Amino acid sequence: MQKVLVYDGSFEGFLSVVFKVYEEKLLQVDIQKTGNVQASFFGDSEEVITDKAHADRVWNGLKKKLTSFGRNQIYYSFLSEISSVENTLLDYIQQVFKSKENIEKDFSNVTVLKLSKITKSVGREKHRMEAFVRFKLTKDNLYFANIEPDFNVLPLIAKHFKSRYADQKWVIYDIKRNFGLYYNLENVETIVMDFPKEFDFTKTSEDFFADAELEFQELWQNYFKSTNIESRKNMLLHVRHVPKRYWKYLSEKQPF
Amino acid sequence: MSFERIKEKLNILADAAKYDVSCSSSGSNRANKNKGLGDATGMGICHTYTEDGRCVSLLKILLTNHCIFDCAYCVTRKSNDIKRAAFKVQEVVDLTINFYRRNYIEGLFLSSGIFKNADYTMERLVSVAKKLRLEENFNGYIHLKSIPGASDELMREAGLYADRLSVNIEIPTKEGLKRLAPDKNREDFIKPMKKVKNEIIQYKAEKKIIRSTPKYAPAGQSTQMIIGASGENDYQIMTASNFFYKKFNLKRVYYSGYVPISYDSRLPQIGTEVPMLRENRLYQTDWLMRFYGFHVNEIVNETHQHLDLDIDPKLSWALRNIHEFPVDVNRADKRMLARVPGLGMKSVYKILHARKFRQLNWEHLKRLGVALNRAQYFIVCNSNVYERRDLEPTKIKGLILQNSKSKFRKATSSQLNLFG
Repeated sequence: MQKVLVYDGSFEGFLSVVFKVYEEKLLQVDIQKTGNVQASFFGDSEEVITDKAHADRVWNGLKKKLTSFGRNQIYYSFLSEISSVENTLLDYIQQVFKSKENIEKDFSNVTVLKLSKITKSVGREKHRMEAFVRFKLTKDNLYFANIEPDFNVLPLIAKHFKSRYADQKWVIYDIKRNFGLYYNLENVETIVMDFPKEFDFTKTSEDFFADAELEFQELWQNYFKSTNIESRKNMLLHVRHVPKRYWKYLSEKQPF
Repeated sequence: MSFERIKEKLNILADAAKYDVSCSSSGSNRANKNKGLGDATGMGICHTYTEDGRCVSLLKILLTNHCIFDCAYCVTRKSNDIKRAAFKVQEVVDLTINFYRRNYIEGLFLSSGIFKNADYTMERLVSVAKKLRLEENFNGYIHLKSIPGASDELMREAGLYADRLSVNIEIPTKEGLKRLAPDKNREDFIKPMKKVKNEIIQYKAEKKIIRSTPKYAPAGQSTQMIIGASGENDYQIMTASNFFYKKFNLKRVYYSGYVPISYDSRLPQIGTEVPMLRENRLYQTDWLMRFYGFHVNEIVNETHQHLDLDIDPKLSWALRNIHEFPVDVNRADKRMLARVPGLGMKSVYKILHARKFRQLNWEHLKRLGVALNRAQYFIVCNSNVYERRDLEPTKIKGLILQNSKSKFRKATSSQLNLFG
């Protein structure tokens, strides 16, 4: 009979579930996040408590079977938050442990191929966020940007921004998932912020942002127009590279 | 700085710089230093794309569009009646830093019209880069234009601050250059390119012995040729390109379809279509040379001086060399797999790994993302079903064209009509 295992949504929580599956030799499981649990009439459900020691044991086991390429596939796919990706990941991890050889590049294996495709999408979103973040300078001399990525890529981009903007304070805030990264000139912390009711994420209100901020946005918009070659216009290509769902926070696309 | 004045200058000097197609910000290895600003170690990033679909990675501007030369193909030419402007060194520095801090750009691409003389111009370009590096502790990407005729001493200094240097050949042949840019001669282009090449080799050698040797143009050199302005055929263009790759270790050669900007009778008239499809075929050929192991003469040569417009150059090569096929995807080496139409290097990589686990069949190949509509005529795999008919190349070409949608279909049919 199928058993529903509920976890807290964290990566460690997920690995704790994997640990439990092995420890109790569970055969048919369905992994779900707390809060997303779908009523099941046919199985019993159980909450799995996140246990760092358990998570580490699974992860260390995977280190022996996979290179960083394969482990990235697992972590990136997990961050995709695609519905029931945890079950695909469990299937993958079970195959990894079962096989004598490293299967991470067995691209003709359906599960491996599926994860490699999800990883590619998440990687693309990560790269897009590295490109499409637009910082605005606040009155407190902090560079602020808000994003709404398709996948939960904030944990993946911290390093990139930290090594690049080492001498300025910055915040990148995911308004969809309501948490952000704050760099305080020393290290990057995860933060949750409360925004005033009237705060409009698509605008640059003078109440919050530095005086010169709008000028630089205008210069950037001007540059964006001047550098275009009208006789080569190709909106299809343009939109493929910069999909419309990202436009609302891109300063060169304002007024949106 | 005065905002309105800067805005006007930016509009003029970005507009004048846009015909330089390079916007690459990859290939450097400059890391963030002493907690300064910027990092150029990763892969390049396109922060946005213009409406013509080109990547915007760098702030690409001219220092000035005043120019003493009168090259027919250039908007900035002396005889052209346009608004002129010039940035101060500090203005470029401020713009770069402020754009970079907002994550608009990966760095600066600074070029210039030639005012007074080559060295005077080059010196100003170098001083922008120097200021960014030494005063602002800026570690982002800097691409400087090598000014034709600039002295060896300035070129040496330029490479110490820039990640990439480039000098544009513009016209692929000597004769064309003489006709369209009578003030310039080829030697002036070659000289700085040669100097930079030698310095790169020397600095690399020294770095192996003394670790603290500074970086010298870590992202190498590139150049650009204008396509369709001076009557060269694809064979001449790719031969020139191959020459520059081999002789000067260039990282990239760019091909820029000529955008008509003048009523000069030596050039295609305003209103003539930009040869974008031809440009695309040249880039495909360039990729085949650099990543797919083709020699330039396999693609273009005395007997095939023009690239086909209706099919890509790899398919064209395969149809001329049908005796090399079919290829067995479960056995063939990497070199031969890369030559199969419909197989990109990513598919080749996946096939090489996947076939270690099992013999691949059509279903596997399809799932891996192989373009079977082209590849099927050139491969066999673990299946009894394969193309058994002994098809003529023209027949295969017909079948492929019939079953594929090209983004250029409209362009090819109209361009082909000219000959039809």
